[in-house]
Amino acid sequence: MPIKQAKGKNGKKKNESGISRRKALKIGAVVGGAAVLTSTKSFPTHWLETTAHAQHNDCLTNPVTSPPTSAFVQALPIPPIKTPVASLNPAPTKHANINNGEAARGDHQKWSQFLPQVLYEVDTKPGIHQFHPELPPTPIWGYDGIAPGPTFIVQQGVPVLVRFHNKLPLNHFGSGGWAIEQDVIHLHNGHTPSESDGFAGDFYNPGKFKDNHYPNVLAGFTQDAHEATNGDPKEAMNTLWYHNHRAEFTSQNTYRGLAGFYWMFDSKDTGNENDTSPTALRLPSGYGVHDIPLILSSKTFCPDGKLFGGPNGGTAPAGGDKFCVNGAVQPFLNVNRRKYRFRILNTGPARVWTLTLTQNSSLDPRPFTVIATDGNLLEHPIDSPNLILGAAERYDFVLDFSGNSIGDHVYLRNNATMTVGGTPPNPLPPNLSNIAMEFRVVGDEADNSQVPSTLCTYPDVDLDEIVGTRIWNFDLVGGVFQINGKIFDADRSDAQIVRNTTERWILRSALPAAGWVHPVHIHFEEFRILSRGLPVELGGPGMLPPPPLETGRKDVIRLSGRDQVEIFMRFRDFKGKYLIHCHNMNHEDTVMMVRWDIVGDDEGDISSNNNPNFIPNPDYRKGDVS
Amino acid sequence: MDRRKFLSKPATETSATAQKRAYMTNATLTNYDGKQFKFYDDLMKGKIALVNMMYAKCDGICPAVTSNLKRVYQGLKGRIGVDTFMYSITLKPEQDSPAALKHFAEMHRANLPGWHFLTGDPDEIETIRFRLFRWDHPGLDNNIDQHTGMLFLFNDNLSRNCKTPAMSSVRSLLETVSWMDPIPVQAERASKNAAKMVKKFEREAAWANGEKWAKGAVATE
Repeated sequence: MPIKQAKGKNGKKKNESGISRRKALKIGAVVGGAAVLTSTKSFPTHWLETTAHAQHNDCLTNPVTSPPTSAFVQALPIPPIKTPVASLNPAPTKHANINNGEAARGDHQKWSQFLPQVLYEVDTKPGIHQFHPELPPTPIWGYDGIAPGPTFIVQQGVPVLVRFHNKLPLNHFGSGGWAIEQDVIHLHNGHTPSESDGFAGDFYNPGKFKDNHYPNVLAGFTQDAHEATNGDPKEAMNTLWYHNHRAEFTSQNTYRGLAGFYWMFDSKDTGNENDTSPTALRLPSGYGVHDIPLILSSKTFCPDGKLFGGPNGGTAPAGGDKFCVNGAVQPFLNVNRRKYRFRILNTGPARVWTLTLTQNSSLDPRPFTVIATDGNLLEHPIDSPNLILGAAERYDFVLDFSGNSIGDHVYLRNNATMTVGGTPPNPLPPNLSNIAMEFRVVGDEADNSQVPSTLCTYPDVDLDEIVGTRIWNFDLVGGVFQINGKIFDADRSDAQIVRNTTERWILRSALPAAGWVHPVHIHFEEFRILSRGLPVELGGPGMLPPPPLETGRKDVIRLSGRDQVEIFMRFRDFKGKYLIHCHNMNHEDTVMMVRWDIVGDDEGDISSNNNPNFIPNPDYRKGDVS
Repeated sequence: MDRRKFLSKPATETSATAQKRAYMTNATLTNYDGKQFKFYDDLMKGKIALVNMMYAKCDGICPAVTSNLKRVYQGLKGRIGVDTFMYSITLKPEQDSPAALKHFAEMHRANLPGWHFLTGDPDEIETIRFRLFRWDHPGLDNNIDQHTGMLFLFNDNLSRNCKTPAMSSVRSLLETVSWMDPIPVQAERASKNAAKMVKKFEREAAWANGEKWAKGAVATE
């Protein structure tokens, strides 16, 4: 047992929670050493665990830390690009083809309008993955059997259909236990009709397939104002991701590897830095060349090196002490003296990262030039000394290595103290702790890319469009998450929002426990943050404008303490059921989640909304919403 | 759990069973009749288990949870005591003697076969609580009142588990408990289930399209 770790963490517990003298004495015994410890007759074993860890495969002891691994000995892996197929058999249908093996689902909405032009076929299945050369290969689950899954590269305006076959092993105890072999795939941030959105309750079994229909359409296409452009061009979205969303098992399933990237290009973000089109932004381009996916996850490994998963509701290592990028523990990437676009994603399950960049032996942070938040371009690039990523958050940023010397090392470093939910990273050699990956400047290369000072224009935030204010109160009562006083039920709709209306939402945290961060994700439509903080009437300093990196279009908002966030949301085009949930996957599994629906079709339906948490806007300008 | 025993466990014992026993602990727990059980070997191994934590003098949600779980018990008729068991473990073993638990169970008419109210060594129970119910937040994990509302579901044969709110609707809880059952091979799955699901999606779509509260479409309040 690594007693030293326990000492530090227990000290922390002692400070934060005011534990009893009796317990403190016992902790003293731990600090005193193993001899005292083993002579303790009955000992609450958890005090030895920085997080409780479970047994898995050959984990006989509770691993507190993963086995040591050398940093920066493997090159950053790049997930393969998913290649389309010419046809699917049976051919995709609007109505679920249940007689031929498709899982039940609602009919595809707007099917004939967005007939799929590109088809994909994915097998959700087990695989073998090696996270580090010094660790043995270990069983995982992956889309196409790899972790992370393949990257989809799609074009905005070109509808696609992905057939996901569930080929996970039935009643899979033989392959390691934990997790559940049922799939349902959420395309995170997609303007996706409900039946393809990966609703948590609509999972399906091994042996079935499901066709997810992704129109890749700009939001607003059913509104008169955007008819000519088939949607609002200001609603372009670029860096999306997909993952398993099985109710109450998302953490376990995603931790096993069921996640991947989905990138969309368009007439501005064309994916070609040499593009001669006048609309092209010419950002650094080339998948895996100068436009590089960085998929963060934290994992824990058993003493024998196998991936560790736990029987505690989710993945035991909430924090996970091994930093993985694209499924590799602490990789390196060779770069040339030019600009690169990186797209970074936190797949969780729980860790909140605060990333900085440092160079060589200096600890002075070097800024990130952020060009997109949650996969949506910012109006203007923002230089930021750090990036905070709750689970599911994304940033696109550009690093320019042209000012570097060949031989320089740049480190992507996590500076978040994991006071909540996990171990500090495995101790590394001096000056190497907390580093997720290393960039090695190795050569020179031409660079035609640019980072324009204006990247896009945000959609208007017209407060007169707001039909009313809807309040979502988040709380924890008796250790159970409640939203507006209710516990999640997949079959109960807690809000009915009229299609093609706009609302002001207030997300209000009454959640206990300081420092407990909840990255709240809203499906289907993005939001703009109008203000955040703690209102004066609740004893706070008042509501303030969002910080710079939260001024863009986002789909995840970090909520903690007594935070209140006021957001602007439009609900357009498609109907059906959607979700709000905490993206800390251990929280969404237990079930910090609520279902809401888009219904109806005209303003007349608004008055029928008698939800006590909905306050109609008396100034609503009727007739402006088409 | 006995540390010496744990540390001296032979390294050759690598079975999943040994791992689960080590994780969940094999603490000795006593039910309200004074009968003793080893937590993993006697209560979890080979079974489907519904575990919650409570204490007899809890004036928070414990009584409501217990009466909700009683309805779940009734919904699981024929299985409770056969392959499925319910365990309510006290968070305050110092207060909750077997007699106190018996009084609590009788008061809620929950003194039913296959449902054990359990007490034991405080440290061992705290370890079980931490292993099964922790939030990974010290402030919450040391506050036992944040541990009265969740139900830990476990199928030892599949090592399948999840946690779910014990105050969910009985319909929803029974569905979640059913997730612990093995998934039947496809050939055995009734296709009528798929047809039933399609009907449900059709009702939902009709409702979204303005057929207000089409019968059975969506439960709401």
